Amino acid sequence: MSEKLLEIKNLKQHFNVGRPNMIKAVDGITFDIYKGETLGLVGESGCGKSTTGRTIIRLYDATDGQVLFEGEDVHGKKSAKELKKFNRKMQMIFQDPYASLNPRMTVADIIAEGIDIHGLAKSKKERMERVYELLETVGLNKEHANRYPHEFSGGQRQRIGIARALAVDPDFIIADEPISALDVSIQAQVVNLMKKLQREKGLTYLFIAHDLSMVKYISDRIGVMYFGKLVELAPAEDLYNNPMHLYTQSLLSAIPLPDPETERSRRRKSYDPAVHNYAENENLEMREITPGHFVYCSDKEYEQLKVQYSN
Amino acid sequence: MEKLLEIKNLEVSFQTYGGTVKAVRGVSFDLHKGETLAIVGESGSGKSVTSQSIMKLIPMPPGHISGGQILLNGDDIVPKTEKQMEKIRGKEISMIFQDPMTSLNPTMKIGNQITEGLIKHQNMSKQDAKNRAIELLRLVGIPMPEKRVNQYPHEFSGGMRQRAMIAIALAANPKLLIADEPTTALDVTIQAQILELMKDLQSKMDTSIIFITHDLGVVANVADRVAVMYAGQIVEMGTVDEIFYDPRHPYTWGLLASMPSVDSDHSADLAAIPGTPPDLTNPPKGDAFAARNSYALAIDFEEEPPMFQISETHFAKTWLLHPDAPKVEPPEAVKKRIRQLSSTFEKPVLVKEGK
Repeated sequence: MSEKLLEIKNLKQHFNVGRPNMIKAVDGITFDIYKGETLGLVGESGCGKSTTGRTIIRLYDATDGQVLFEGEDVHGKKSAKELKKFNRKMQMIFQDPYASLNPRMTVADIIAEGIDIHGLAKSKKERMERVYELLETVGLNKEHANRYPHEFSGGQRQRIGIARALAVDPDFIIADEPISALDVSIQAQVVNLMKKLQREKGLTYLFIAHDLSMVKYISDRIGVMYFGKLVELAPAEDLYNNPMHLYTQSLLSAIPLPDPETERSRRRKSYDPAVHNYAENENLEMREITPGHFVYCSDKEYEQLKVQYSN
Repeated sequence: MEKLLEIKNLEVSFQTYGGTVKAVRGVSFDLHKGETLAIVGESGSGKSVTSQSIMKLIPMPPGHISGGQILLNGDDIVPKTEKQMEKIRGKEISMIFQDPMTSLNPTMKIGNQITEGLIKHQNMSKQDAKNRAIELLRLVGIPMPEKRVNQYPHEFSGGMRQRAMIAIALAANPKLLIADEPTTALDVTIQAQILELMKDLQSKMDTSIIFITHDLGVVANVADRVAVMYAGQIVEMGTVDEIFYDPRHPYTWGLLASMPSVDSDHSADLAAIPGTPPDLTNPPKGDAFAARNSYALAIDFEEEPPMFQISETHFAKTWLLHPDAPKVEPPEAVKKRIRQLSSTFEKPVLVKEGK
């Protein structure tokens, strides 16, 4: 594997701290993201996957833990100037292409906002040229620059969202359910575009989604989250072929596949967190079972899994 | 099998400032007792409008059923008045909506929302209706129904709300249940539970279901038969095996190929369908799919394709099945699925001329 771009260390994001309704949305997760890879993050709604993405890019201030981007802590105290530097390197694509574009701005202004803030264009002409170039990159054309978001379909708006993210030449993009709101035939268009951009620009993605078949297709590695914890992290193929954590097994067994025969013989597994029967003082952490395949487990489970999968 | 519903050449249009939108353009299908028909298609393909027309829930005006018949047990419901429809809705046909967050009344207790239909349609007393509501909540798998019946929707989780919706829909033992994307807003694990529940209830109550979705995985799981809609028309229809193992329409190919399969290659691009669906204010001349179709023939831009029959139950609306059409190979991803099905006719038969 290549070098680490991002290290997330024991990241915690709690809301309503100190009040009775405190929520531990993200509760101590640790993982690395390597340069040029796509890390998929899956889990049910409310498991903390979106919060993780938003905390990494500092839309939320972390309760505890560190996010190191090229060795520097994103959450350390920073001057506005230093933060701006980070914002250029890290960008985000949002889920809802209807809500994430300002309806009162033209497409050109939406895309160029980042260019303006960071002063990346010296003249008006250069700015517009950059906008046209970006529109072309994402499969739209020049004429679209002066229109407003409501004139576009969902797939096209998501392309505008991608162009906006690319405007500042980032290294790392967090895509928070970028295709969930789109039709099947359009989903494939957007996924292909994201893959093409990754090849051409060497981008690194954190791809957050609940559609597991699409995640498997786009990701190199996948992390599975459950109630604010990362329970399994493995290369995409490996996770699908050998899911080790019981929750991952139950999640995979619930995905309907477009094949009537397998559907007829489907056996769904349900997951009950009580089966682990963890004692109070047990040391729970991510442990490597086979090379690159991590599972959140206790010492005892670790021994069992090691025996089970060590052939 | 007995036919419960027959739709003949249904046409629905909407008057808008931009002109008349022909949302449904000549849809015909039958539904048998106890059967599940899945309707798939992109947003704007007319699948929801078709199903809402069956309950006459489309707002009129601007909506308008401009042609065709909807026969429920042989009785045409198109000319029925709003008063007459009230007797059918909830009793003969009921509906489960996509979004359980917005389709329940937030100011009414769940129990009252269930008993509303019972008191109206079956003249039950309040107490009987409440007991039945508790029974229904138990049936759809809600724990502690005696307590839940007196709670409000905001006290339910997404999956529980969808269960409550199903309970409301089933309250008066309808013969036809229309489920419009009932699991789209839910997580996969909850989705699997709801699908199992619906199948289980169907086998117990012998209800027919029209299931609208765009998730082909869900279709493979629930459907007996599948209708694929594009631009207001059914372009292919057949049993679930025929659609998944022997698809004939290039749009169906496109849908199947654009989904990544478990063993698909990561480095290869997904076979996306280029472009976007046509604007139905001015439907294009010829085949509406032609502009996005890499298999389009010259005639597709001139004349609408007729319907061809491939087996007793399998129909497709494409010129590719015409005896004079060139032989084409479906995309790689689709070829892998194709199997020889025993019921297929030797040659496709032309059943209906295009217009």
